[in-house]
Amino acid sequence: MRIPSAILTLVVGMALVLLGQWVANDVNLLPESASVNAPVYDELFRVLVAIGTMLLVGITGVVIYSLVRFRRQDGDSQDGPAIEGNLSLELFWTAIPAVVVLFLGIYSYDIYDRMGGMADLNGHGMAHQTELASVRHSEPDDENRIWGGIAPAKSSGDVIPVEVTALQFAFIFHYPEQNITSGELHVPTGQTVELRMKANDVIHAFWVPEFRIKQDIIPGQPTVLSFTARKAGDYPIVCAELCGPYHGGMRSHVVVDEPDAFSNWLEANTPATLS
Amino acid sequence: MTIATPPSQTPEANLSLQPTGWLKYFSFSLDHKVIGLQYIVCGFLFYLIGGALAGVIRTELATPISDFVSRDTYNQVLTLHGTVMIFLWIVPVINGGFGNYLIPFYVGARDMAFPRLNAVAFWMIPPSGLLLISSYFIGGAAQSGWTAYPPLSITTPAMGQILWIVSVLLLGGSSIFGGINFIATILKFRQPGLKLMQMPMYCWAMLGTSILVVLATPVLAGTLILLSMDIVAHTGFFNPASGGNVVVYQHLFWFYSHPAVYIMVLPAFGLVSEILPIHARKPLFGYVTMVYSIMAIVVLGLVVWAHHMFTSGTPPWMRLFFTIATAFIAVPTGIKFFNWIATLWQGRLALNSAMLFSCAFILQFVFGGITGVALAQVPFDVHVHDTYFVVGHFHYIVYGGTVFVIFASIYHWFPKFTGRMLDEKLGRLHLALTFIGFNLCFAPQHWLGLNGMPRRVAEYDPQFTLINQISSVGALLMAISTLPFLFNVVISMVRGTPSGPNPWRALTPEWLTSSPPPVENWKGAAPLVHEPYGYGGPPGVMDLNQASGRDLWRNEP
Repeated sequence: MRIPSAILTLVVGMALVLLGQWVANDVNLLPESASVNAPVYDELFRVLVAIGTMLLVGITGVVIYSLVRFRRQDGDSQDGPAIEGNLSLELFWTAIPAVVVLFLGIYSYDIYDRMGGMADLNGHGMAHQTELASVRHSEPDDENRIWGGIAPAKSSGDVIPVEVTALQFAFIFHYPEQNITSGELHVPTGQTVELRMKANDVIHAFWVPEFRIKQDIIPGQPTVLSFTARKAGDYPIVCAELCGPYHGGMRSHVVVDEPDAFSNWLEANTPATLS
Repeated sequence: MTIATPPSQTPEANLSLQPTGWLKYFSFSLDHKVIGLQYIVCGFLFYLIGGALAGVIRTELATPISDFVSRDTYNQVLTLHGTVMIFLWIVPVINGGFGNYLIPFYVGARDMAFPRLNAVAFWMIPPSGLLLISSYFIGGAAQSGWTAYPPLSITTPAMGQILWIVSVLLLGGSSIFGGINFIATILKFRQPGLKLMQMPMYCWAMLGTSILVVLATPVLAGTLILLSMDIVAHTGFFNPASGGNVVVYQHLFWFYSHPAVYIMVLPAFGLVSEILPIHARKPLFGYVTMVYSIMAIVVLGLVVWAHHMFTSGTPPWMRLFFTIATAFIAVPTGIKFFNWIATLWQGRLALNSAMLFSCAFILQFVFGGITGVALAQVPFDVHVHDTYFVVGHFHYIVYGGTVFVIFASIYHWFPKFTGRMLDEKLGRLHLALTFIGFNLCFAPQHWLGLNGMPRRVAEYDPQFTLINQISSVGALLMAISTLPFLFNVVISMVRGTPSGPNPWRALTPEWLTSSPPPVENWKGAAPLVHEPYGYGGPPGVMDLNQASGRDLWRNEP
């Protein structure tokens, strides 16, 4: 006796779901996660991988099955059945993807909000003026307007501002509070860092793969990027926007230290002042 | 009818105006079939050039240091590679080439609506292509990528950038001429009695594509003219040093260049919809939803451009809107893929090269679509934007999608073009090499992007060496895969099995004439095909559980 196709379909479906879950959770496709944002990002990534794997393997399976099962024998010149459509089936496979992408959109909006992407960068109204450490004392005028980026989700008082200047082909980091200028970025774990970024010549982009963040640095349009490092280590900073012949060489490092080591670094590098 | 010869006129008097024999392919021919083949062959030559440029890129990337070409040259090569492949290979071939050859047949016309405009549109392509490539030898080609973002495009050597702009403007003009011609032909040159909803699907695809071409290409033209004024006349439209705004350029550029993706893939969707039913011996599943999904893709395709700019300075609400709009394109696109699979289901599939290339297209485009939906999600995109993930993604769309369909179409329509069949063994070898090479080349690039390799670099972190070398081996296989194809085309043109008028037993009008067809397409009256996909076995063979015949879809008997 033949096994009913409904049962076979169910089993195949369950296998697909398990496969999707397995690939999403047990196959590591991402680099180390070293910022507070990164696990949030990885959560979204796992959902996308799970859905994507199920779809890809499922569709590939159906196409290969069709090619094998329905292949034409030599000398067979008959036609297949004259099926021109099936309205309910078509409605079904319109509705399901629509629901899935809508869910994904809302979910990724939530993720993005948790990452600080939806924050109001220029604080319309006084209540939000404290959100950005570096514009705390001034109304955003044309000079200080922030055009884009990721701001801290909540205003926390303890933000380390760093001014980033990108030019062909280097990043320069300036710590305004200590007046330190450096070619590599040093940050402590567990504390929000706010990069206030300006480009001198062409568009660059600041990317730390281990932090899962990227922001274009656009000449004439200051942008901001905040993150909180989570794990001590040395991570690459990569320019991700074509900026000229040495674009591939435009790299730097972000050194994440424990808070104590970071204070030592600050102290050791603070220039002596006349006072 | 356009150029129907009155029967009293002698053939010699007519033919003296147009060269005959092989010379006509080098002439200002007005025959849509000649122009179509001119597009395809010319496009293929540029494909070989673009492929050689890709070879330079993959050779450079076989080692983590910049050691094969100079850094300037590398940026010129990647700019030329993108521009050649998009503007000189895919867009002209999938629109101009197959569109010109097939659309007049499908609407039952003797030629396109404006044959002279059609010839002009084609003959703009070789000079602009040569101009673009010659810029490399006149002081260096453009170095700012095919996107030409200012201020980089303003600060790199002006000569190459200006030549790039001029040639893209000419190619855009050619594309607009073609688009107008297709719209006029499809809407106004249909045979009396052929209703819109009876046209083969490729007509709908070309109608949608041409609407996009006509709406979006002028925006690119205007943008590039402003950019050239910034370069030549030192205006400040996009130059921040003179108060310009660089992000505005990105908005304007992507307003064309995202629809350009649909300008490349919608015709491919149309061609697949023609190929699958014939080789599956079944009607195209869900004709009506296919039409509506093409139109939905056209409308949505115009309002998603800013998803290329999620890391630029775009306001948050805009990111949200473009995320949702982009992800929703997956719905009509998904409908088309499910419909194709349903077309295959229970068919009697001939596993020839045309069918196998089409199925490879389905698999690869599905993968590209899945990564596309992922890229539409802002937080995901923020990490992988401008990385090799994106490079992998869009090659799955434009190569795995469109180029595979171009090859499927060549295997499918070669008998019509020449009257001879292509060799199947060589065809399958071509498929196997291309499929393996392509996936070996581009699948690992997704991992590279996720793990920290940005795009458009000549040097990279040594930890990525192995994966890059795998990718380069894949590229080498793709290069090799062209050889059996070229050999096949040349040998089959001379010695191939004669195909007769209709080797596939197809029902669409281009097969209801001799191969190759006469100048006027059909001897005598054009056939009126109401059911281009009317395949299907006799009622006794039909599975009665699948109770959804054509009666459900057509009101008339």
